[in-house]
Amino acid sequence: MRVLGISGSLRRDSHNMALLRHAGELIEAQGAEFAVYDGLREVPLYDEDLDAEVPAAAVTEIRAAVREADAVLFATPEYNSSIPGGLKNGIDWLSRPSLTESALRDKPVAVIGASTGVFGAVWAQAELRRVLGATGARVIDDEVAVGRAPEQFDEHGRLDDEHLVDQMRQITGALLAETESGQLAELAA
Amino acid sequence: MSTTTDTYALPTGTWSVDKVHSNVGFGIDYMAGTFTGTFSDIEAAVTNGVLKGSTRVASVQVKDPNLEAHLQSPEFFDAQRHPELTFESRSIERSADQVKIDGEVTIKGHTEPVTITGVISDPIADPYGGERFGLTLETAVDRDRFGISWNNPLPSGEPALANEVKISVDLQLSKQED
Repeated sequence: MRVLGISGSLRRDSHNMALLRHAGELIEAQGAEFAVYDGLREVPLYDEDLDAEVPAAAVTEIRAAVREADAVLFATPEYNSSIPGGLKNGIDWLSRPSLTESALRDKPVAVIGASTGVFGAVWAQAELRRVLGATGARVIDDEVAVGRAPEQFDEHGRLDDEHLVDQMRQITGALLAETESGQLAELAA
Repeated sequence: MSTTTDTYALPTGTWSVDKVHSNVGFGIDYMAGTFTGTFSDIEAAVTNGVLKGSTRVASVQVKDPNLEAHLQSPEFFDAQRHPELTFESRSIERSADQVKIDGEVTIKGHTEPVTITGVISDPIADPYGGERFGLTLETAVDRDRFGISWNNPLPSGEPALANEVKISVDLQLSKQED
């Protein structure tokens, strides 16, 4: 089973990227593969004129990365009470050209988030779950909200709050269980 | 509950649906009106007084292909995991041409009891040398109970889509040889 991680923050020392990598370790500890997709900044702004049979290489790449993954884990910061434009833009490309052909259709997905403020990007996470639902994804109804992010990571870039790590184990476990139950259902069909 | 009464509430023997002349539809309050749809791929049969029916989620028809795809996604019926909606009667009462059917409906993997009311017609000879009777049925279910909770707020903050879904079923059932 392969899980793809996508961070909504592009910053080099991003807390959400650290969160995603820690989640990746927990996913690997549960027996699945994990890889981070890091091409979000290369994806052009969505423009239907560019949404041709052969779109930009970065679009082909993000669509292929999501299609080839069995599940996707998103980590998002919160910009102006919502999700970063770049992340929304990537999802808009993934959802095209139609809901039946969306790369996210029926894809198990989960959302976690970190912010420098106290609330841990809860509004952005709720918004992202709503957006992912609209693309046809199978959204895990749970969250991990890491507030005051600069204080939450140890020198290795891992969360050092055991309560938050437990929440991370839960949400990654739920994502893997959802993915596995879908694969079993497909085998049975 | 008397099994004898139940058995004879519907014509005896086996009757199966004439798909072309039958219809399964739904209606739900949406914004200022009613959003309606149908399922084109249906199965139904009456066997010894028990009515069973099912529809394929993939055959849902509304007036926009994108909405049809949305209805099949995990936010609504989740066609990938739950490809069928099913119904099975538990007891059927009849008084003149009125019927009341208690049974169980399964949508998105959730099974709930449901009471259906409707009208039955007595068997007639059809032009194809067979016999058929009709059932016109109606019920309402709360979609929330089946895990279908999608909504969007109106500017007032009120939800755009109601919870109660009216289901209407028109069946013509033809007699099968024993």
